Amino acid sequence: MTSSNRFTRRRFLATTAAASAVTLTPPFIRSARAAGKLSVGFWDHWVPGANDTLTKICNEWAAKEKVDIKIDYITSQGNKNVLTIVSEAQAKSGHDILQFPAWQTADHAKDLVPVDDIMAAAMKKNGNAPEVVEYLGKVDGHWAAIPATTGSQLKGPCGRIDLLQKYAGLDVVKMYPGAGGKPDKALQDQWTWDTFLSAAEKCHKGGNPFGLGFGQTSDAVDWVGALFHAYGAQLVDAKGNITVKSDAVKQVLEYTQRLVKVLPPDVFAWDDASNNKYLISGQGSLIMNPPSAWLVARRDNMKIAEQCWTFPSPKGAKGRFAPGLPFFWGIWKWSKNVPAAKSLLAHLSERSSIERLVTASSGYDMPGFSGLRDFKVWAEEGPPKGSVYNYPPRADQTVSIAGSPAPVRISNQIYNQATMTKMVAKCTQGGESIDKAIGWAASELEGFMRV
Amino acid sequence: MAEAVGRAGPHPARRRMTMKKFVRRRSTIAFVMALPLIMLIGLLVVYPALFSMYLATLNKSMEHFVGLGNFEFLFKRDTFWMVVKQSCIFAISAVLFKALIGFFLAHFVHAIPAKGQRKWRGMLLVPWVIPPAMSTLGWFWLFDPSYSAFNWIFVRIGIDPVNWLGDPMWARFSVILVNIWYGAPFFLIMYLAALKSVPEQLFEAASIDGANWWQKIWYITLPMMRNIISITVLFSLIVTFANFDIVRVLTSGGPVDQTHVFATWAFNLGIQGNDIPLGASVSLFMFPILGIAAIFILRGVNQRGNEA
Repeated sequence: MTSSNRFTRRRFLATTAAASAVTLTPPFIRSARAAGKLSVGFWDHWVPGANDTLTKICNEWAAKEKVDIKIDYITSQGNKNVLTIVSEAQAKSGHDILQFPAWQTADHAKDLVPVDDIMAAAMKKNGNAPEVVEYLGKVDGHWAAIPATTGSQLKGPCGRIDLLQKYAGLDVVKMYPGAGGKPDKALQDQWTWDTFLSAAEKCHKGGNPFGLGFGQTSDAVDWVGALFHAYGAQLVDAKGNITVKSDAVKQVLEYTQRLVKVLPPDVFAWDDASNNKYLISGQGSLIMNPPSAWLVARRDNMKIAEQCWTFPSPKGAKGRFAPGLPFFWGIWKWSKNVPAAKSLLAHLSERSSIERLVTASSGYDMPGFSGLRDFKVWAEEGPPKGSVYNYPPRADQTVSIAGSPAPVRISNQIYNQATMTKMVAKCTQGGESIDKAIGWAASELEGFMRV
Repeated sequence: MAEAVGRAGPHPARRRMTMKKFVRRRSTIAFVMALPLIMLIGLLVVYPALFSMYLATLNKSMEHFVGLGNFEFLFKRDTFWMVVKQSCIFAISAVLFKALIGFFLAHFVHAIPAKGQRKWRGMLLVPWVIPPAMSTLGWFWLFDPSYSAFNWIFVRIGIDPVNWLGDPMWARFSVILVNIWYGAPFFLIMYLAALKSVPEQLFEAASIDGANWWQKIWYITLPMMRNIISITVLFSLIVTFANFDIVRVLTSGGPVDQTHVFATWAFNLGIQGNDIPLGASVSLFMFPILGIAAIFILRGVNQRGNEA
């Protein structure tokens, strides 16, 4: 009896062998992290709380899929996000998924896993991707990344209801009412770049000028790009031919010469924060910006926020163009967990995920699918209620990006070198002739052709 | 036999002695002790420098070797020559003023009695101690296009506001001014150290001989400080030519590229425009010029050292 209870050396060996066999023999016990690890680098959102919702959505997915997910939020302050992309592309290692600002997707397409399958399924459910998203995200017939909800934005006018009415007699709420309102079609048709200039002149005279930057940062480049598009002014055409020496370009520059006179004198030094500050301080009557300026006003200066209304850009001879800046989510080719990465991107492309993200950003984020323009948040956010109802592009608007339709390797340079705003600065502040500014641009564009 | 022994080399015991001697040599010990630092410099300075040289020889998509093709391309661009001109204006004027201000400040501090000198030294070093990206942000607020603190004061005393960062001339002035503000304390501390090493007897002797203040500076202080001045100017010139943060934070190179220096334009082309080889070429352009300048200046320093 006693001997049978003794834990002999032979028995110890037998027990450990059996235990090892149980542990090592497949199938593995399904652990909480059975589907591997996934490292993601998202853009660090401006809007407080927006990152938390994205984290929550990802964690819910990770718990369901048994993936060990690690999320980094990378700021775009000081171009840190772009630096991260470039260094990971050089090192061929880093995150599995990274968020790419507009131009970086095409730049790094050869290092990204094609996501045609995810996009096909997402577009089936959410509608097609707008032209600008396809222009930047689809390379050589393949989707290099999927449109990211967070960060993607439009930069249409955000104007002061009271000041525009007072000085320019422009009833923006009547022109583009909130949810359920009946838009005034006649007013919308009259909302052209000429009307815009006339309103700018009147507001300047009234002491509250428009705040439109002509610097070299994205806010300035974006709205000036939409102006060029509205006049059909292309610096380089879709085939890569330099077309800057055109009447349309001259026409735009002549227009800006008149516009600059009624703007604050320092607009050539403005960065992306300057126009926001100008509106929130109460000085400006209109800026071209996503609703972030209004959101900050809502926090810091409610009286101003209550008078802010976002509405579509004016139209020109070639149509009404909304300045867009889409972001993308892409998977590096060296990702060790492509199936999990694709699964997460598919999850983030679901309508429910997108709506949660847009709601968390108070309507700032613009989904990259044309069928997702009906979220409640845009109708309900306020004050004033409906302030951002007209933020999503509807009806006659085309979302565009400065530099398009040139091949992306060229338009990227046009955008990042701010060729358009520099042309404007040359023939306005610089005192050069329009022909000289165009000649300078032609020489710059020749340099952008290099491969 | 004797020949065979000769061919076999020195006796093992003798070889051990030579080895021992080699290890015990002061220069060997110094080298071994400095080795970790040399390796660190190799890793963090030499490797990136060589890698950027390699990058500068590639085409835009970094797939083909183009030799000096990127430089050939740059030399045909007007913007490049504008950046060269601006970088030279920026670096030379900033270093000149830093050297002058540093020199006079050093004399001022040197003349203060030892008791109060530490306070002044500490205060004057503050600009150099604060990380430039942070202090430049402070300057940005002072120059802010719409809400400049300087302009606020100007308006109150009846002076027209200045478009500090929007007007090309004022924007250049602003970036140079901030660089001088940041860099002058470095000159101050170097010159102060040099001044303290000038023997007092020389000044006393000069005073007895009837030398005035200017003569003392010209015939005693300057010759005694020449090496320190040369090295400080060289070091500052290199650092100022490579400056990035001040221009980046204040103007981002604008308006219309008129404040771009090599580093900011290289960043603009290489990182934002995704043309890394061209960006590398821009940043390397000054390397040979500064290298030659360094050789001449250091040779002068050596010669004066040998004469002494």
